[in-house]
This record gives sequence, C-alpha cells and structure tokens, in this order.
Amino acid sequence: MAKSKKKVPGLNSSSMADISFLLLIFFLVTSSMDTDTGLTRRLPPPPQDEQNLQEMEVQRRNLMVVLVNSQNQTMVRDQLGDEWYANITEMVGRGGKVGLKDKVKEFVTNPNNNPNLPELIEQDFGEPIGTVLTTADHVISLQNDATTSYKAYIAVQNELVKAYNELREEAALKYYNKHYADLLPDQQEKINKLYPQRISEAEPKNYGGGN
Amino acid sequence: MGKFNKSGGRTMPELNTSSMPDMIFAILFFFMVTVTMRSEELQVKFKLPSASEVQKLEKKSLVTYINIGIPVDPRLGTGTQMQLNDKLAGIDAIQDYIAQEKASLNEADQQFMTVSIKADENTRMKYISDVKQALRKAYALKINYSARKAEN
Repeated sequence: MAKSKKKVPGLNSSSMADISFLLLIFFLVTSSMDTDTGLTRRLPPPPQDEQNLQEMEVQRRNLMVVLVNSQNQTMVRDQLGDEWYANITEMVGRGGKVGLKDKVKEFVTNPNNNPNLPELIEQDFGEPIGTVLTTADHVISLQNDATTSYKAYIAVQNELVKAYNELREEAALKYYNKHYADLLPDQQEKINKLYPQRISEAEPKNYGGGN
Repeated sequence: MGKFNKSGGRTMPELNTSSMPDMIFAILFFFMVTVTMRSEELQVKFKLPSASEVQKLEKKSLVTYINIGIPVDPRLGTGTQMQLNDKLAGIDAIQDYIAQEKASLNEADQQFMTVSIKADENTRMKYISDVKQALRKAYALKINYSARKAEN
C-alpha cells in the first residue's frame, strides 16, 4: 500500500482582500475620529458655608467687571471708566471701538503704571524672565444675566482667552524667541505664571430687563 | 528597424496582490485600536458656539459629557433639556451622574476628570449657570465649554 501523495487543496484566498475591505469600511463608518475642542475653565470650589458667603476682597483698581446682559450687550467697567458694546461685532473690535481684547490686554499689563489700572508687583520668575513687574492680583469678573445667550457668553470668554493668549505669545517671543506653541511644557508653565488667567465667573444676577 | 515592432506583443506583468489582505488588515487594526466607538445616541440637538481660541480635549477616557439642547423628539418638549448618558435628566441628577462617572475612573485619574459641556448656542445662561453650580457642588471643577474652531 504505497501512500499516494495527496495534494492539500489550496485555500482560495482571493476574496480575503474583499472581506478585510468590508471590515475596514465598517470601522471607518462607525468610528468617530473627531476630536473635541473647547474652552477649558476651572470652577471655584463650592462655598463651605452657604450662610456666610465671604466676598473676596479685591481692590477696586485690580478689578475689571465684564457684564453680558440679556440683550447680549457687553459692558466693561474698570477704574478708567465704562465701555459699552452693543453687539458682538463691536465687542471684538470691528465696530470702531477699542475691542474688549485690547482693553483686557491693557488692563492685565498696565504698561504705563497707571494708578487706575491694577497694581504692579515685582516678582521673580526665574531664568530667563527674571524679576519683572506684573499685575499679579488683577481679577476679571465675568458676569452674565439669566437670559444671556450662551453664544454671546462664549464669544466674550473667547475674547478674554484671546487676550491672554496674545500676551503669552508676545512673552514667549520676547524671552525665548520662539512661538508659545513651540515651547517646552515647563517653559510654557513659566509664561503662564507670568500671565495667569484670573477670570472669575460670578453667580448670575438679574440686572434689569429679562427674567 | 525591427527593433521597435516586436510581433507577439509584450504582456503586462501581473501585479502580485497576495500581500493585499495583509495591508488591509494592518489598516484595519490601526483603526480598531485608535478609534472609540460611538457609544451614545444623542437625544438632544445642539449647534455648538464657535470660538477661535479652542484647545483640544485630550484623554477622552477622562472626559464626561453633558449635552444641552432641544430634544430631537418633539414629543419630549421644545424647551432646553439636558442629556446625561442616554437619557434626558434634570439638573438635580447631575450630582449622582458625576459621582457615578468619577467612581468609574481609577483613583489617580479622578482629579483629572473633565466635564465637557456641549450646549446649544441659543441656550439661556440661566440653564448653564445652574449646571455649573451643580458641578461645583459635585466637585467636578474642571470644565470645558465645547466649541467649534472658527476664525473670528
């Protein structure tokens, strides 16, 4: 009984590519690659004692109040005076008025040591920034009305963040000769310390109109 | 001159496709690994506001979503509603929801938990403020106002 050599029939794998294509397309369709983007904020911890909400003591010159009302108008108030923006276009500085962003930048840097703008405090930030004057105690208080639209609120938030981002970019170019985005994480942290985002989101109040 | 017109014609050499499935599988595995499946179905519709200074949200596993908008199904009302996980809920459900989401993370990561608020641009701030207050009470302090990237 000599064994006849049986040939193993070859598996036809020509449809393999089609099957794997099908799987691939299935995953492509069901998956979501979109990355979420947004404005990141940190909320203050809840008040320990509901009865006595202690108000944070802030010197008048260190405080800038940005108020978005129920008609989505924006008002900025600091010691220099008030500014009204009737709509978002004016607020971003395209309506002939000085935009909110530039007002915030002036407020945060206080370049001319104006007594009506936040107090300049000398602080050491380490190499390569060294000791510089910053407005370490400034606070931007963002307030809104109950019927303010989310869109207007985000537009104002965006302008505030933009002001800080531009200041940080300028500082990065000045001290590191690089764009902020190209800096190493610890370098970015130093710049962030130089211009910390001090935005306070107050509890809403009902300022006339809307309820 | 017969050099240029060979009779008998050259046949096109066949492309070897035996490695094709392997390549496709490699792409397939790449997608399977990098991708997160759509886990929940949206029951509210929203158009996110746009902003130019948006940052990318990293570490998706640490992100909890709160969707705020108008219900897709008009039988559920036409006012602003909030969706947590896959059902509509009221503001008072936030604390439980956050506690539950927090518990599902491991302890080292809990402090990095981010809550992404995806709200329609026409939502009244009253609603957002209430959500924010609830989040403060639940000690979910890292929040992210979800927005589309746009130049403005």
